[in-house]
Amino acid sequence: MSNQSSVEILTEWDIVAARQLGRNVAKELGFGTVDQARITTAISELARNIYLYAGQGRIEIQQLMENGIKGILIIAADQGPGIPDVRKVMEDGFSTSGGLGAGLPGVKRLMDEFKIETIPGEGTDIRATKWLR
Amino acid sequence: MNFRIPILKLRDTLIVSIQWELDDQTAIQFQEDLLNKLHETSARGVVIDLTSVDFIDSFIAKVLGDVISMSSLMGARVVITGIQPAVAITLIELGIRLEDVMTALDLENGLDKLQLELEA
Repeated sequence: MSNQSSVEILTEWDIVAARQLGRNVAKELGFGTVDQARITTAISELARNIYLYAGQGRIEIQQLMENGIKGILIIAADQGPGIPDVRKVMEDGFSTSGGLGAGLPGVKRLMDEFKIETIPGEGTDIRATKWLR
Repeated sequence: MNFRIPILKLRDTLIVSIQWELDDQTAIQFQEDLLNKLHETSARGVVIDLTSVDFIDSFIAKVLGDVISMSSLMGARVVITGIQPAVAITLIELGIRLEDVMTALDLENGLDKLQLELEA
């Protein structure tokens, strides 16, 4: 089962649209209120990163089904400047935007799986998954 | 599409109940409106009730933290009330600490706490 939908991130309003889409899908899948908040917050942070650092990109929400377990996959993709030092941005407290955005370590903690691929000058692709327990 | 959050005045306190999903513009407009209202009314305390808020991301947390610091610069105390369990959990997991912020379980407790603080 792979049911997907996506939101293009161009303006601040698209951040709201992306997290509303994510929340609706999470609710439909049967996630509880705490996980819904985690998923909504993670999408909001990822969409804001795209808006702030890449200017534009896309948030894709996929419904997963693996070994009978349902899940939600958030893909945040952009063709922005990429991240030169991934290890550094994964450290708590590191920010290049003056404290705006709790950063990727926070998103990683909110979700069950977190994968980042980035090529300087070409863009960034972040995949974060939450499984329904 | 510029929505504004209503700010009520009750004696020397401003009361705000946030009942909508906050987008960036509304949050920033709220910051300005609250400070202007403090200035106009000479209120000494503010209660911001978040009972209906079901998630807070780092941006909204920053706007809230800033408005508390700004109000304090103007001589007013702010209490945040009604933070939902899901919101408390995600804020801490996200790594956001709203330190030195007065909080209370609900609006009633918040008003009591504020009153004690203002009388002290």
